[in-house]
Amino acid sequence: MLRICCPWCGERDELEFSYGGQAHIAYPRNPHALSDESWAQYLFIRDNPKDVMHERWMHAQGCRRWFNVTRNTATHAIAAAYAPGERPPAPPVAQD
Amino acid sequence: MQRFSLISLIGNALSGHRRWGRFWRDATPKRRYDVIIVGGGGHGLATAYYLAKNHGITNVAVLEKGWIGGGNTGRNTSIVRSNYLWNESGALYEHALKLWENLAQELNINLMFSQRGVLNLAHNLADVRDAIRRVEANKLNGIDAEWLTPGEVHEFCPIVDISPHARYPVMGATLQRRGGVARHDSVAWGYARAADSLGVDIVQNCEVTGIMRENGHVTGVRTSRGTILADKIGLAAAGHTSVLASMAEVRLPLQSHTLQALVSEPLKPIVPCVIMSNAVHVYLSQSDKGELVSGAGIDAYNSYSQRGSFHIIEHQMASLLELFPIFSRVRVMRTWGGIVDVCPDASPIISLTPLNGLYINGGWGTGGFKSTPGSGWVYAHTIANDAPHRLNAAFSLNRFTSGALIDEHGAAAVAH
Repeated sequence: MLRICCPWCGERDELEFSYGGQAHIAYPRNPHALSDESWAQYLFIRDNPKDVMHERWMHAQGCRRWFNVTRNTATHAIAAAYAPGERPPAPPVAQD
Repeated sequence: MQRFSLISLIGNALSGHRRWGRFWRDATPKRRYDVIIVGGGGHGLATAYYLAKNHGITNVAVLEKGWIGGGNTGRNTSIVRSNYLWNESGALYEHALKLWENLAQELNINLMFSQRGVLNLAHNLADVRDAIRRVEANKLNGIDAEWLTPGEVHEFCPIVDISPHARYPVMGATLQRRGGVARHDSVAWGYARAADSLGVDIVQNCEVTGIMRENGHVTGVRTSRGTILADKIGLAAAGHTSVLASMAEVRLPLQSHTLQALVSEPLKPIVPCVIMSNAVHVYLSQSDKGELVSGAGIDAYNSYSQRGSFHIIEHQMASLLELFPIFSRVRVMRTWGGIVDVCPDASPIISLTPLNGLYINGGWGTGGFKSTPGSGWVYAHTIANDAPHRLNAAFSLNRFTSGALIDEHGAAAVAH
């Protein structure tokens, strides 16, 4: 069970949250001009690192707000949680 | 290859079972191969076997970073079925099921393949409509499928609680009688042994750390046991497919998650078939050792850790007990996790890639084991001919650009 720190409510069990996948994916600026390849990239292709990942979580059973988490997918170690619009803290996480 | 038979069994019994040969050679990697398969699970080994057997390509190495059968091949719940909704999936999985039916004879090994039937329970009207639609779709595709009423469900599997007051009332079920289970380790060992006898090198403890390229074509791999050259490289690494592809700067529509499963303490035979429930979200069978084998859905977040969160297990057990109150005193003996690579449409990718000579077979998500023989068959064809087999043409990478997805989320008789 992960312990996740909601930027507004504090640390809670993973059970209270739902997962939103990779963070910082911007909607295409000019969708009408997008090629099929670019649509495929935007819709379906995501990073899948065995390493540090910036990802979205939503505090579904709390404040119901979205935020971002920096987490290592191999160790599950969470380095940071930060509000949407903020940049991930740098350096993101120390490698072990 | 040493043939297993009654005579060889008696002969070896008389010598105290000390003279059985090794299943396969412990190969040291050569400098160069025609084809390298990365990943020594069932899919990779089957691919190597069919490359040698169907296509005459025997200068093949299977590189496994751990040991044979130590990944998802030894971690799944060993269910085999082909009752998928869409035509493309039906054809692919049914081809695999037909291979399963003669596989033990072909590989000359006991796979403990048991066609004990797969029940998919329906608990509400939407389930019933979806299930009957899937039964009819299966029949049109020549796949055996039946719709059972609650009474017939009870007759087929007496421990299912069909009382109308159950928390999740059973309103019927689909049944694929040809579905069942197989011993998953045996499948890996059988393919490894058969491939080895055809000249394939099986190299364990050999982790691929880089993919070498020249002028848009692969030239080999860097590994923990040195550099190995090859004209063609086939990835069959399940949850680690993205990691390998990224070594060649190929991005894939895959996300890796932990999928957990568990077994109970051993019991006398009580579950005569495989039982799955989409709405309640659990699947159950009983191994020949007597353990109840159960699995559910993936952990939500991306992971490569092979361990998941315990609340998933708790939820799964709660679901199980709603369906089978009889098991309330049964104790869980062991839980584990494997890393599955999930595609946006819950269908696999068996495909060429933008890099010449690099092939991928992944994205099987939670359902790879059942397709092991068929997957190896079509992947070997794809690698040998540098073009997909007719059965996996629809499962190419370009479906994410064309939009021709094969959406088996929920449609495939179990939630993914």
